Amino acid sequence: MLKINNLRAKIEDKEILKGINLEIKAGEVHAIMGPNGSGKSTLASVLAGREEFEVTEGSVEYLGNNLLEMDPEERAREGIFLAFQYPVEIPGVSTTNFLKTAINQIRLHKGLDPMDAVSFLKIMKEKMKLVEIDQALLSRSLNEGFSGGEKKRNEIFQMAMLEPKLAILDETDSGLDIDALRIVANGVNKLKNDNNATIVVTHYQRLLDYIIPDYVHVLYNGRIVKSGTKELAMELEEKGYDWIKEIADEAIA
Amino acid sequence: MSELTKSKKTDLTAAFIEQSGLLAKQNIHDPQVSLRQAAIDSFSSQGLPTNKTEAYKYTPITRQLEKHFSPLDMVTSSPELNAGLEEQIRNILLDVEANQLVFVNGHFMEDLSFIISPQEEISIMPLQDAFDQKKDVIEAYYGKQADVKSDPFIAINTAIANQGVFLHVPKRKVVEKPVLVYFFSDANEGNTAAHPRNLYVVEENAQVQVAESFYTFGNASSFNNTVTEIVLKEAAQMHYCKYQNESEQAYHTGTTQLIQNLNSHFHGINVSLKGSMIRNNVNAVLDAEHCETHLYGLYMLDGNTHVDNHTSVDHKKPNAFSNELYKGIMDDQSKGVFNGKIFVRPNAQKTNAFQSNANILLTNEASIDTKPQLEIWADDVKCSHGATTGQLDSEKMFYLQTRGLSKIQARAVLLKAFAGDVIQHIKIDALREAIEQVISKRLEKEL
Repeated sequence: MLKINNLRAKIEDKEILKGINLEIKAGEVHAIMGPNGSGKSTLASVLAGREEFEVTEGSVEYLGNNLLEMDPEERAREGIFLAFQYPVEIPGVSTTNFLKTAINQIRLHKGLDPMDAVSFLKIMKEKMKLVEIDQALLSRSLNEGFSGGEKKRNEIFQMAMLEPKLAILDETDSGLDIDALRIVANGVNKLKNDNNATIVVTHYQRLLDYIIPDYVHVLYNGRIVKSGTKELAMELEEKGYDWIKEIADEAIA
Repeated sequence: MSELTKSKKTDLTAAFIEQSGLLAKQNIHDPQVSLRQAAIDSFSSQGLPTNKTEAYKYTPITRQLEKHFSPLDMVTSSPELNAGLEEQIRNILLDVEANQLVFVNGHFMEDLSFIISPQEEISIMPLQDAFDQKKDVIEAYYGKQADVKSDPFIAINTAIANQGVFLHVPKRKVVEKPVLVYFFSDANEGNTAAHPRNLYVVEENAQVQVAESFYTFGNASSFNNTVTEIVLKEAAQMHYCKYQNESEQAYHTGTTQLIQNLNSHFHGINVSLKGSMIRNNVNAVLDAEHCETHLYGLYMLDGNTHVDNHTSVDHKKPNAFSNELYKGIMDDQSKGVFNGKIFVRPNAQKTNAFQSNANILLTNEASIDTKPQLEIWADDVKCSHGATTGQLDSEKMFYLQTRGLSKIQARAVLLKAFAGDVIQHIKIDALREAIEQVISKRLEKEL
């Protein structure tokens, strides 16, 4: 589904990604872990198409297409979804309203007719249950005055509505209490199937107790320095990141 | 006026003075003759604003008028209502149960106007008729609120205006149907000028909704110089909209002058979407305790449109409340100006006065000059003001794009929400929806 090859990216003059290689197949869950400032969120942003980052080298192939040539909205319409670490507050725009526009835009892209109001409402009710979100919240201005947990649940709700092929969860666990974490993880797990894939970007192993990854990659200083299975995450939880840093720094030296 | 044609500047000034003189000769029995004389005397000494006139510092309206109009253009001519023009007009009139008054180039169009509210609920008539039929109200209020010395355009209007809307709501009457007033400029056959003059008097405990809409047809230049005087008596309530969607050759100077009495409420919304150069003055005088004043404004500009909103909220008595929100979106090379004055007089204790002005610039060529001006002489008051200017938030844009919205759609969603803060306060549904449609169309034109 996704093939990242020697990806390098910078913001202004600072190189953040220094040659990422990663392959993700349908049905897989990949966790990207790493200390603060290692480039995890940058990778998520670059995959979603944030323009502030300039890709200087490498390639990203998504479903056989050159991802880097696509606009953010094109990527979204082709099934990429980014759950934001800090979901944006947009006064005057309700979740319901803008999701209607978004869904119909994606449907248009697929050559489908716009969704009628009844079907939209029906699907919405169904997905609301999944993340235990209240309808009143969705009629309010997007994320404005939402608690941290409500914002993150709203992200997963949107993901459920848009049914992406590749979901990227950027630090979705940050700022969540244990109940919210469980709800969010439960939502992600229920949306998982053989045809989609998930990238979970996280600092802590905690979320991975609930969303079990097939692969764990450790990002440090712009490179994936170690890959493994969920046992690697346990090891990181136990030993911290310092031993990984040492290995990586030695390799460079 | 030949002796005055030495320079262009004196041309227009002379034209206004001469027109005033002609009016005086024509209407020897004009009840407003002394008012007009005082106004033209005041105008003669003020002259049109120059680049040294502080109040017009950012809006060189005189230069524009001199450039685009000859003295003869400033004489209002009777329009001919042909089938083509009538169709253009009918396409704009809102299809809604309302009182409707239509003016073309300042002239009242009886055939296109109708009053549906019962007579005991409200008196509505062209100003000329009110001079005859409503002498007592005219005598009490006409020309008493808008000060000719405060602005040369008020002086010109007071000197030469002879048509507009007269509206009087008797005590305790709640006017159910709104009053929709349309001022069309027909610039199909050449330049036009009009000086509409309106007087709205709302008596004790009465309520009414009024909207003034300005449109232009044709490619020649048009000039509207309007004055609306509003008197709210004790516990009266008014919902007032002024909407400008004129042509790229339209010039507009207008003053809405409001005086409020005890417990009265005023909601005013000003929406400017198109014109060449527009200057709106809104002056609210809170002349009693427990008044409430809400002023909203939206200027959403493109091309070379220049819109200047000057507002003044004058708290003269204690315990009153005012809130003001003006928002601007400037695209292309357009220019916005906002100047918001709040006065809190020495005995106006316990005043609550708030003001906010927010602007979005969509291009590097667009600009805004914004200036809040607070003069507070009382010590026990709550006042605040704030002005912001920025670009469209790239983080919000990116967020919406990652959900599948195109750049243009994302921009439209964000700008509609921004404008919606003002538009949502328009209580006349048909008008609000019409404005929303114009805004949507403009935002989605590139789709």
